[in-house]
Amino acid sequence: MKSGSNLEKVLKSGQFAVTGELGPPKNADAEVIRTKARFLKGCVDAVNITDCQTAIVRMSSIASSVILMEEGLEPVTQMTCRDRNRIAIQSDLLGASALGMKNLLCLTGDHHKFGNHPNAVGVFDMDSVQLLQMVKNMRDDKVFQCGEELKGTEPKFFLGAAANPFADPFEFRALRLAKKVVAGAQFVQTQLVYNLEKFTAWMQAVRDLGVHEQCYIMAGVTPPKSIGMAKYMKNNVPGLDVPDEVIARLKGAKDAKKDVREEGINICVDIINQVKEIEGVAGVHIMAIEWESAVPEIAKRAGLLPRPSVS
Amino acid sequence: MIVGERKPIQEIVGMLKGMKKILILGCGGCVSVCSAGGEKEVEILASILRIDRKKGGEPIETVEKTLTRQCDTEYLEGLKDEAGNYDAILSMACGVGVNYLADMYPKTPVLPALNTSFMGVSEEQGVWSERCAGCGDCVLDRTGGLCPIARCSKRLLNGPCGGSQNGKCEISPNVACVWQLIYDRLKGLNQLEKLKDIFPVKDWSSSLHGGPRKIVREDLKL
Repeated sequence: MKSGSNLEKVLKSGQFAVTGELGPPKNADAEVIRTKARFLKGCVDAVNITDCQTAIVRMSSIASSVILMEEGLEPVTQMTCRDRNRIAIQSDLLGASALGMKNLLCLTGDHHKFGNHPNAVGVFDMDSVQLLQMVKNMRDDKVFQCGEELKGTEPKFFLGAAANPFADPFEFRALRLAKKVVAGAQFVQTQLVYNLEKFTAWMQAVRDLGVHEQCYIMAGVTPPKSIGMAKYMKNNVPGLDVPDEVIARLKGAKDAKKDVREEGINICVDIINQVKEIEGVAGVHIMAIEWESAVPEIAKRAGLLPRPSVS
Repeated sequence: MIVGERKPIQEIVGMLKGMKKILILGCGGCVSVCSAGGEKEVEILASILRIDRKKGGEPIETVEKTLTRQCDTEYLEGLKDEAGNYDAILSMACGVGVNYLADMYPKTPVLPALNTSFMGVSEEQGVWSERCAGCGDCVLDRTGGLCPIARCSKRLLNGPCGGSQNGKCEISPNVACVWQLIYDRLKGLNQLEKLKDIFPVKDWSSSLHGGPRKIVREDLKL
């Protein structure tokens, strides 16, 4: 056990794990975090706290993680390479560990071109693979990136990474995950799964490399909230693969005068049930950003409740 | 070559406010090749400025010259007798030329007429694109000769990010994903194993981040 986090314990116990996601507010209101956290409490094993996702200035992931912990939930603190160099990252991670954070998701980060400060410097001193390696070395070898000894208490994180089975070149995707695992990733959360066929093929490639036995793979899911959102994800989000059937299902619900949101939840539950059956999938990561209230319903209908209590 | 682009006329006009006599100085090097700051461009810019100032009732005298290069002492020295005759030297070289003029002529204001864009190639008539970031520690032996520092929007060294789709970078459908190109090229060369090893964190001290760079070759010094 590297960190003793709840997420690490649940995954290690072999139970199907569930993580949620919470986007901090674009202001200094702690209540926003608390309100969202209450929806997720009891439905997930840990909650990802994004680090200025899509490069938009938000409350910091570390500060938001503290507020989440005050609400009795466990954070998966996200850290990107976009806004900090190796000095700032290591410093922040010492602080995050001292504040009680035990799970860390290491990301390169969305390019700032998409955000609200497109004229900023993109730091990218290192990439996500190198970030994983640096934090693993801080934890296991007690050394800073420069090679200097880390004297005293080391940061003890359960290390996570992201993987996108739907990006190109497809043949390199499993290999890239393997690199992240060698670098230090112990769990992986994938890009949103809508294209089951492609996800299944990627998992086969992952199993062929034996990577599913070296890390816990959690499939990313989200309920499409509207036909517009599904179309936007299909056409405007690079690296996202939304098959026409998903949009057709939502349209069908609308035509039948049914609740489209309800159908979105059904789609999400169906995907969870299908990925559960794939060998090597250890859990799901439910990213209902700005629709956190849907998570309890999804978790309940997908048979993911109650969440285990592991000591 | 170093690729540059002329600044918008209004920006240049703004810099020259109140000046009566200037030297517009072209460069016969890279910026001549990329049609931004050579002899022809000096002539065109001088005409535009004269017409603009005449229209405004404040004529300006322009002297036009183009040196073989503005990045060499021997060519810049040729201006020593006349540099003091101008209100300013408007350099149409890249930023290197502007700097070197300023270094050599402390009493004459030196102004840039170009934005220095990047080190790149001329893909076709009228199209230039970046190829090298001058990081000072070349990695091209590991990436099939294609540079992830200059050509990947996130300077990734361990393969494509999750935003690579259909050969394009997530920042724009007009930008190629260099990691897709690297993958395809190494596959064609039967060298895909090069992508398996983790590329360690890069030493950026040889890049701009280590302060201004300088090379001294004792074997060549006179």
